[in-house]
Amino acid sequence: MSIEPLFCQRFEISGKDFINAGKASTTIKAILREIGIRPAVIRRAAIACYEAEMNVVLYARKAIIELRITPQEIRIQVEDEGDGIPDVGLAMQPGYSTASDEIREMGFGAGMGLPNIKNNADTLQIRSVVGQGTTLEMAIGL
Amino acid sequence: MKLEAVREILNCRVISGGNRLGQEIEVGCGADLMSDVLAFIKPNALLLTGLTNVQSVRTANVAEVKAIVYVRGKFPDQDAVAVAQEQGIVLLATNLPLYESCGRLYARGLPGGSERVEGLSDVNRAALLSTL
Repeated sequence: MSIEPLFCQRFEISGKDFINAGKASTTIKAILREIGIRPAVIRRAAIACYEAEMNVVLYARKAIIELRITPQEIRIQVEDEGDGIPDVGLAMQPGYSTASDEIREMGFGAGMGLPNIKNNADTLQIRSVVGQGTTLEMAIGL
Repeated sequence: MKLEAVREILNCRVISGGNRLGQEIEVGCGADLMSDVLAFIKPNALLLTGLTNVQSVRTANVAEVKAIVYVRGKFPDQDAVAVAQEQGIVLLATNLPLYESCGRLYARGLPGGSERVEGLSDVNRAALLSTL
Protein backbone atom coordinates (compact mmCIF):
# COMPACT_ATOMS: atom_id res chain seq x y z
CA MET A 1 0.00 0.00 0.00
CA SER A 2 1.39 3.39 -0.95
CA ILE A 3 1.38 6.35 1.42
CA GLU A 4 -1.25 8.99 0.70
CA PRO A 5 0.57 12.07 -0.62
CA LEU A 6 0.12 15.45 1.06
CA PHE A 7 0.28 17.05 -2.34
CA CYS A 8 -0.16 15.78 -5.88
CA GLN A 9 -0.14 17.65 -9.17
CA ARG A 10 0.18 16.65 -12.82
CA PHE A 11 1.74 18.55 -15.70
CA GLU A 12 1.35 17.82 -19.40
CA ILE A 13 4.48 18.22 -21.51
CA SER A 14 4.56 18.37 -25.31
CA GLY A 15 7.52 17.21 -27.37
CA LYS A 16 9.28 19.92 -29.45
CA ASP A 17 7.58 22.71 -27.46
CA PHE A 18 10.86 24.54 -26.97
CA ILE A 19 9.36 27.84 -25.79
CA ASN A 20 7.65 26.24 -22.78
CA ALA A 21 10.37 23.67 -22.12
CA GLY A 22 11.29 23.90 -18.45
CA LYS A 23 8.12 25.68 -17.34
CA ALA A 24 6.76 22.69 -15.42
CA SER A 25 10.03 22.32 -13.52
CA THR A 26 10.04 26.03 -12.71
CA THR A 27 6.47 25.70 -11.38
CA ILE A 28 7.41 22.60 -9.36
CA LYS A 29 10.34 24.49 -7.87
CA ALA A 30 7.99 27.33 -6.85
CA ILE A 31 5.57 24.83 -5.26
CA LEU A 32 8.37 23.19 -3.25
CA ARG A 33 9.55 26.61 -2.09
CA GLU A 34 6.05 27.58 -1.01
CA ILE A 35 5.67 24.37 0.98
CA GLY A 36 8.89 25.24 2.79
CA ILE A 37 11.16 22.41 1.63
CA ARG A 38 14.89 22.93 2.37
CA PRO A 39 16.64 24.88 -0.44
CA ALA A 40 19.29 22.16 -1.02
CA VAL A 41 16.53 19.57 -1.54
CA ILE A 42 14.56 21.92 -3.81
CA ARG A 43 17.61 22.50 -5.99
CA ARG A 44 18.23 18.77 -6.43
CA ALA A 45 14.57 18.09 -7.24
CA ALA A 46 14.44 21.01 -9.67
CA ILE A 47 17.58 19.95 -11.55
CA ALA A 48 16.45 16.31 -11.83
CA CYS A 49 12.95 17.33 -12.93
CA TYR A 50 14.24 19.87 -15.46
CA GLU A 51 16.56 17.33 -17.08
CA ALA A 52 13.68 14.86 -17.33
CA GLU A 53 11.38 17.53 -18.75
CA MET A 54 13.99 18.54 -21.34
CA ASN A 55 14.41 14.90 -22.34
CA VAL A 56 10.68 14.77 -23.12
CA VAL A 57 10.75 18.00 -25.14
CA LEU A 58 13.86 16.96 -27.05
CA TYR A 59 13.18 13.27 -27.67
CA ALA A 60 9.56 12.25 -26.94
CA ARG A 61 6.09 13.08 -28.31
CA LYS A 62 4.44 13.96 -25.02
CA ALA A 63 4.48 13.13 -21.34
CA ILE A 64 2.80 13.54 -17.99
CA ILE A 65 4.91 14.69 -15.06
CA GLU A 66 3.41 13.79 -11.72
CA LEU A 67 4.67 15.44 -8.56
CA ARG A 68 3.79 13.76 -5.26
CA ILE A 69 4.95 15.00 -1.91
CA THR A 70 4.67 12.76 1.13
CA PRO A 71 5.89 13.50 4.67
CA GLN A 72 9.08 11.57 3.79
CA GLU A 73 9.93 12.44 0.22
CA ILE A 74 9.32 14.17 -3.09
CA ARG A 75 8.39 11.71 -5.85
CA ILE A 76 8.47 12.77 -9.49
CA GLN A 77 7.25 10.44 -12.20
CA VAL A 78 7.73 11.29 -15.87
CA GLU A 79 5.82 8.99 -18.19
CA ASP A 80 6.37 9.68 -21.88
CA GLU A 81 5.12 8.43 -25.21
CA GLY A 82 8.06 8.20 -27.55
CA ASP A 83 10.70 6.04 -29.17
CA GLY A 84 11.98 4.61 -25.90
CA ILE A 85 15.62 3.99 -24.97
CA PRO A 86 17.11 0.86 -26.59
CA ASP A 87 20.02 0.58 -24.12
CA VAL A 88 19.38 2.25 -20.76
CA GLY A 89 22.84 1.28 -19.46
CA LEU A 90 24.48 3.14 -22.33
CA ALA A 91 22.19 6.15 -21.88
CA MET A 92 23.28 6.34 -18.23
CA GLN A 93 26.95 6.75 -19.22
CA PRO A 94 28.09 10.36 -18.76
CA GLY A 95 28.77 11.89 -22.19
CA TYR A 96 26.77 9.36 -24.20
CA SER A 97 24.21 11.13 -26.39
CA THR A 98 22.11 10.55 -29.49
CA ALA A 99 21.34 14.27 -29.83
CA SER A 100 21.05 15.90 -33.25
CA ASP A 101 22.93 19.08 -34.18
CA GLU A 102 19.64 20.95 -33.72
CA ILE A 103 19.41 19.76 -30.10
CA ARG A 104 23.05 20.71 -29.42
CA GLU A 105 22.45 24.18 -30.82
CA MET A 106 19.77 24.55 -28.15
CA GLY A 107 22.38 23.87 -25.48
CA PHE A 108 21.48 20.24 -24.80
CA GLY A 109 22.81 16.85 -25.82
CA ALA A 110 25.87 16.90 -23.55
CA GLY A 111 25.14 13.33 -22.55
CA MET A 112 24.66 14.40 -18.93
CA GLY A 113 20.86 14.29 -18.65
CA LEU A 114 20.24 10.88 -17.10
CA PRO A 115 23.52 10.94 -15.09
CA ASN A 116 22.47 14.35 -13.70
CA ILE A 117 19.08 12.96 -12.70
CA LYS A 118 20.72 9.98 -10.99
CA ASN A 119 23.18 12.23 -9.13
CA ASN A 120 20.46 14.52 -7.81
CA ALA A 121 17.81 11.96 -6.91
CA ASP A 122 18.10 9.50 -4.02
CA THR A 123 16.52 6.77 -6.14
CA LEU A 124 15.87 6.55 -9.87
CA GLN A 125 14.02 3.85 -11.75
CA ILE A 126 13.83 3.75 -15.53
CA ARG A 127 11.46 1.58 -17.50
CA SER A 128 11.61 1.89 -21.26
CA VAL A 129 9.91 0.04 -24.11
CA VAL A 130 11.30 0.73 -27.57
CA GLY A 131 8.59 2.17 -29.79
CA GLN A 132 6.31 2.99 -26.86
CA GLY A 133 8.00 5.22 -24.35
CA THR A 134 9.96 5.70 -21.16
CA THR A 135 8.93 6.15 -17.54
CA LEU A 136 11.29 7.70 -15.01
CA GLU A 137 10.49 7.53 -11.34
CA MET A 138 12.65 9.48 -8.98
CA ALA A 139 12.50 10.13 -5.28
CA ILE A 140 14.27 12.69 -3.14
CA GLY A 141 14.12 12.33 0.62
CA LEU A 142 13.09 15.32 2.71
CA MET B 1 32.45 39.06 -5.82
CA LYS B 2 29.73 41.62 -6.40
CA LEU B 3 27.94 41.68 -9.76
CA GLU B 4 28.91 45.34 -10.06
CA ALA B 5 32.56 44.21 -10.09
CA VAL B 6 31.79 41.62 -12.79
CA ARG B 7 30.19 44.34 -14.90
CA GLU B 8 33.27 46.50 -14.54
CA ILE B 9 35.89 43.79 -15.13
CA LEU B 10 34.19 42.47 -18.29
CA ASN B 11 32.93 45.88 -19.43
CA CYS B 12 29.38 44.52 -19.60
CA ARG B 13 26.18 46.03 -20.83
CA VAL B 14 23.31 45.45 -18.38
CA ILE B 15 20.33 43.78 -20.08
CA SER B 16 18.15 43.10 -17.07
CA GLY B 17 18.29 43.43 -13.29
CA GLY B 18 20.41 46.58 -13.14
CA ASN B 19 19.07 47.32 -9.65
CA ARG B 20 20.48 44.04 -8.33
CA LEU B 21 24.19 44.52 -9.12
CA GLY B 22 24.90 44.74 -5.40
CA GLN B 23 24.33 40.98 -5.13
CA GLU B 24 27.28 38.78 -4.21
CA ILE B 25 28.19 35.71 -6.29
CA GLU B 26 30.37 32.94 -4.90
CA VAL B 27 31.54 30.94 -7.94
CA GLY B 28 31.77 31.17 -11.71
CA CYS B 29 30.98 28.60 -14.39
CA GLY B 30 31.56 28.86 -18.15
CA ALA B 31 29.71 26.48 -20.52
CA ASP B 32 27.49 26.40 -23.59
CA LEU B 33 25.86 23.03 -22.89
CA MET B 34 23.19 23.38 -20.24
CA SER B 35 23.43 19.82 -18.92
CA ASP B 36 27.11 20.47 -18.22
CA VAL B 37 26.04 23.56 -16.30
CA LEU B 38 23.51 21.53 -14.30
CA ALA B 39 26.12 18.86 -13.59
CA PHE B 40 28.87 21.14 -12.34
CA ILE B 41 27.55 24.49 -11.19
CA LYS B 42 27.20 25.40 -7.51
CA PRO B 43 24.49 27.63 -5.97
CA ASN B 44 24.90 31.43 -5.99
CA ALA B 45 26.93 31.24 -9.16
CA LEU B 46 27.62 33.41 -12.16
CA LEU B 47 27.08 31.59 -15.47
CA LEU B 48 29.10 32.68 -18.49
CA THR B 49 27.71 31.33 -21.76
CA GLY B 50 27.24 31.85 -25.48
CA LEU B 51 23.83 30.18 -25.42
CA THR B 52 21.26 32.94 -25.84
CA ASN B 53 17.90 31.14 -25.88
CA VAL B 54 15.32 30.88 -23.10
CA GLN B 55 16.89 27.65 -21.82
CA SER B 56 19.93 29.56 -20.57
CA VAL B 57 17.63 31.42 -18.16
CA ARG B 58 15.50 28.40 -17.21
CA THR B 59 18.70 26.47 -16.46
CA ALA B 60 19.91 29.38 -14.35
CA ASN B 61 16.65 29.46 -12.43
CA VAL B 62 16.69 25.73 -11.72
CA ALA B 63 20.35 25.73 -10.62
CA GLU B 64 20.13 28.87 -8.40
CA VAL B 65 22.34 30.92 -10.71
CA LYS B 66 22.11 34.59 -9.76
CA ALA B 67 23.36 36.12 -12.99
CA ILE B 68 24.31 35.28 -16.57
CA VAL B 69 27.01 36.94 -18.66
CA TYR B 70 26.45 36.39 -22.40
CA VAL B 71 29.85 36.36 -24.09
CA ARG B 72 31.24 37.05 -27.60
CA GLY B 73 28.95 40.06 -28.10
CA LYS B 74 25.84 37.89 -28.08
CA PHE B 75 22.50 39.08 -26.84
CA PRO B 76 19.76 36.87 -25.33
CA ASP B 77 16.48 36.53 -27.22
CA GLN B 78 13.24 38.18 -26.06
CA ASP B 79 11.85 35.08 -24.34
CA ALA B 80 15.05 34.75 -22.32
CA VAL B 81 14.88 38.37 -21.16
CA ALA B 82 11.19 38.05 -20.23
CA VAL B 83 11.80 34.92 -18.10
CA ALA B 84 14.84 36.54 -16.45
CA GLN B 85 12.79 39.57 -15.44
CA GLU B 86 10.06 37.32 -14.07
CA GLN B 87 12.53 35.20 -12.08
CA GLY B 88 14.81 38.01 -10.93
CA ILE B 89 17.95 36.81 -12.72
CA VAL B 90 20.49 39.47 -13.70
CA LEU B 91 21.55 39.43 -17.36
CA LEU B 92 24.80 41.03 -18.58
CA ALA B 93 26.54 40.98 -21.97
CA THR B 94 30.22 41.35 -22.87
CA ASN B 95 32.08 41.45 -26.17
CA LEU B 96 34.87 39.30 -24.72
CA PRO B 97 35.04 35.59 -25.62
CA LEU B 98 34.28 32.91 -23.02
CA TYR B 99 37.88 31.99 -22.20
CA GLU B 100 38.99 35.57 -21.61
CA SER B 101 35.88 36.43 -19.62
CA CYS B 102 36.42 33.48 -17.27
CA GLY B 103 40.15 34.18 -17.07
CA ARG B 104 39.71 37.81 -16.08
CA LEU B 105 37.19 36.98 -13.33
CA TYR B 106 39.30 34.09 -12.06
CA ALA B 107 42.39 36.28 -11.93
CA ARG B 108 40.43 38.74 -9.81
CA GLY B 109 39.53 36.04 -7.28
CA LEU B 110 36.21 34.52 -8.38
CA PRO B 111 36.70 30.76 -7.80
CA GLY B 112 35.36 27.88 -9.88
CA GLY B 113 32.90 25.29 -8.62
CA SER B 114 35.52 22.63 -7.85
CA GLU B 115 37.25 25.02 -5.46
CA ARG B 116 34.12 25.89 -3.61
CA VAL B 117 34.27 24.77 -0.03
CA GLU B 118 30.86 24.82 1.61
CA GLY B 119 30.40 27.30 4.41
CA LEU B 120 33.74 29.05 3.95
CA SER B 121 33.75 32.83 4.20
CA ASP B 122 35.37 34.92 1.46
CA VAL B 123 38.39 35.69 3.63
CA ASN B 124 39.04 32.03 4.41
CA ARG B 125 38.49 30.99 0.83
CA ALA B 126 41.04 33.53 -0.42
CA ALA B 127 43.56 32.08 2.03
CA LEU B 128 42.79 28.56 0.86
CA LEU B 129 43.05 29.51 -2.81
CA SER B 130 46.44 31.11 -2.27
CA THR B 131 47.78 27.73 -1.16
CA LEU B 132 46.67 25.97 -4.36
